[in-house]
Amino acid sequence: MGTITTKLLGSKAVAALTSPHGVDRYLEMFNPMWAATEVRARVVSIHRENPDAVGSAPVATLTLQPTSTWRGHRAGQYVQVGVELPGSARRMTRCFSISSAASLPGERITLTIRANDEGQVSKFLVNAQPGQMLHLSQAEGEFTLHESAATPTNNHLVMISGGSGITPVMAQIRTLLRDGYDGRANRKVTFIHFARSEQDQIFAEELAAVAEGDNHIDVHLHYGDATFSEFELRRLVPDFKNTDTWACGPGGLIELIRAAYGEENPRLRVEFFKPPAFSTGAAGGDVSFTRSGESAENTGATLLEQAEALGLKPEFGCRMGICFSCVKTKTDGTVRNVLTGEESSLPDEEVRICVTSPVGDCSIDL
Amino acid sequence: MSNTLTTKNGKPRATVAASDPKIPNLTPEQLEEFGDELDAIRQRILADLGEEDAAYIRKIVKRQQQFEIAGRALFYLPPAWPLAVAALSVSKILENMEIGHNVMHGQYDWMGDPKLNSRIYDWDTMAPGENWKYGHNYIHHTYTNILGKDRDIGYGILRMDEDQKWRPYYLGNPLYAFLLMIFFEEGVALHDLEVDRIKTGERTWEETKKVGKPIIRKVRKQVLKDYVLFPALTGPFFLSTLAGNAVANIVRNIWSFNIIFCGHFPAGVATFTEEECENETRGHWYYRQLLGSANITGGKLFHIMSGNLSHQIEHHLFPDIPARRYPEAAVEVRALCEKYGIEYNTGGLTKQLWTVARKILRLSLPTRTRNTDPAPAAPADADLVAA
Ligand code: FES
Repeated sequence: MGTITTKLLGSKAVAALTSPHGVDRYLEMFNPMWAATEVRARVVSIHRENPDAVGSAPVATLTLQPTSTWRGHRAGQYVQVGVELPGSARRMTRCFSISSAASLPGERITLTIRANDEGQVSKFLVNAQPGQMLHLSQAEGEFTLHESAATPTNNHLVMISGGSGITPVMAQIRTLLRDGYDGRANRKVTFIHFARSEQDQIFAEELAAVAEGDNHIDVHLHYGDATFSEFELRRLVPDFKNTDTWACGPGGLIELIRAAYGEENPRLRVEFFKPPAFSTGAAGGDVSFTRSGESAENTGATLLEQAEALGLKPEFGCRMGICFSCVKTKTDGTVRNVLTGEESSLPDEEVRICVTSPVGDCSIDL
Repeated sequence: MSNTLTTKNGKPRATVAASDPKIPNLTPEQLEEFGDELDAIRQRILADLGEEDAAYIRKIVKRQQQFEIAGRALFYLPPAWPLAVAALSVSKILENMEIGHNVMHGQYDWMGDPKLNSRIYDWDTMAPGENWKYGHNYIHHTYTNILGKDRDIGYGILRMDEDQKWRPYYLGNPLYAFLLMIFFEEGVALHDLEVDRIKTGERTWEETKKVGKPIIRKVRKQVLKDYVLFPALTGPFFLSTLAGNAVANIVRNIWSFNIIFCGHFPAGVATFTEEECENETRGHWYYRQLLGSANITGGKLFHIMSGNLSHQIEHHLFPDIPARRYPEAAVEVRALCEKYGIEYNTGGLTKQLWTVARKILRLSLPTRTRNTDPAPAAPADADLVAA
């Protein structure tokens, strides 16, 4: 849709006519790519990044055409992707970093996704077919470059990534090279990456080209057991503690980097993925109420009772699972529905805390 | 509760308060077993939810939108005015009942679709979803038919139970009921204000303001849409569109009023006192829901148009299960009722409506004799076959 149509459909008058449901509910009926506020995207193509990798999860880059409501993104941001998995009709939403260079409103983007064993959504996406519709959020996240690639500076930038953490960093490198004068970054960039193996390295050809090119970017790739060492970093960037740094990767890597930079170093920006919490299958463990910062040993009682025992006052109504007044988001861990006995370990799941008790460690946004 | 009686053949029988049929006539053990059996039905259906349920509700939404668009468009063709009104009425009924009411109950929350999520959805009526969910999902569904707690008994306007003390005001019962039917939408919106409780001082002005602001906002939006913008869009037909929208809203009001009043007020439906329900078990809660609700028989289309509230009994037992599953649950619930000798209150729309109307008329006058309604519980001499 053109921008004028989008503006018109997003207008107050149209909202008043379609109140209380909003215009998108009607537009979607005619064409899934029509939207006034919501963002959706069509999968245009899928490219397998590591066809030869043995023993490691497949990785694919999906090119997406968002609806005209997409406001664009800055390099380093991520997006929430919602899909209804076949056979379940349940929409699952997960975050994925955008791997393409910064986009303008309505422009195509790419997501590079590793099909984790436990990740139903990532598996589905890696095997998706062109034409598949996805629900998107607007771009989110503060893991972004604060300077414009088009303006040369003397600043030195450091980028460190591990495994799939290369995705947002790649978006930044791509943006620097695309927008920088003469295909160069126009500032010194040191890029250090850790991957399991050479076969497992995604974007390998592009990385080789970046490493070779005269573009102000130094690429250092490490394979296998090599882990981050402060010593090595100091050799490359003596004054790294005072150098703007972006680090993205698994929790362990980020811990090492944080230790090297010192706590609360404003020069260091990190983004990391949590290892999935595995339940012990028994009561015990800790329950944390993340919003209020309270946590305690899991007594096995319902989340509502445990929260109240800690002095929290979550909203509730019937206390028997029928009114949905008490719904909260469980961000992590396993819970059991005390009415049905059903256990669930899905991340970011909405639960009725009056009829839900934790099994082992569990975090609730409350 | 009261004493446990024994049947002729020596089996433990109902706990019965001789004169009061409202008190559960099952032993605590039976109640527990009864509760477990209902839980099992519930669990089986929950485990089975999936693509079909999702496809169903999406199809209903789509149909509703088609009716809505058709209705709005037909107002441009003055001779098609009755058709336009009919289409818009159908759309509003579908939206309020099978979609709005059920979605706001959280029946489709498991789908993870924000457009069908109970916390996000708001329906096409003047009652803001936020207020209604509190009064309905929490108060009405938890304290169903408990006098003094369930504010849906008479909506604070009508006398719908003998135990509501008669006052001369209630001479107007039939008139108030008629007005409530015509202005049901406005009534439901104002219901949450609990005006009657402000008078008695049970509710403060602060609380009232918190509930009142969203009502004003919502009413404004609904009025703007149905009585200003859409009429204006049809230009020279402004007045006929306005009238058409008003009629559609009223048709919807009359329909939902009747369906809802048949859910809790036909003859044979029990009410309870707060004492009876103190420290209530889950089994007893189920039992109360059963005795406090009534079904309406009808065809598939009728069930859809009533938002499956024609299965009020199943809805009250399983308020968070997608309503399209109530007919299948009903088969099992009925069998359970037979097993425990509990009356399963059901009947055709005319029969149920007739008894509701009679009740409204009768209760407009002071009550002379108690319990003129047939007893809701099993007749006293019926044998109870347990297990
Ligand atoms: S308090 Fe009613 S569902 Fe939890």
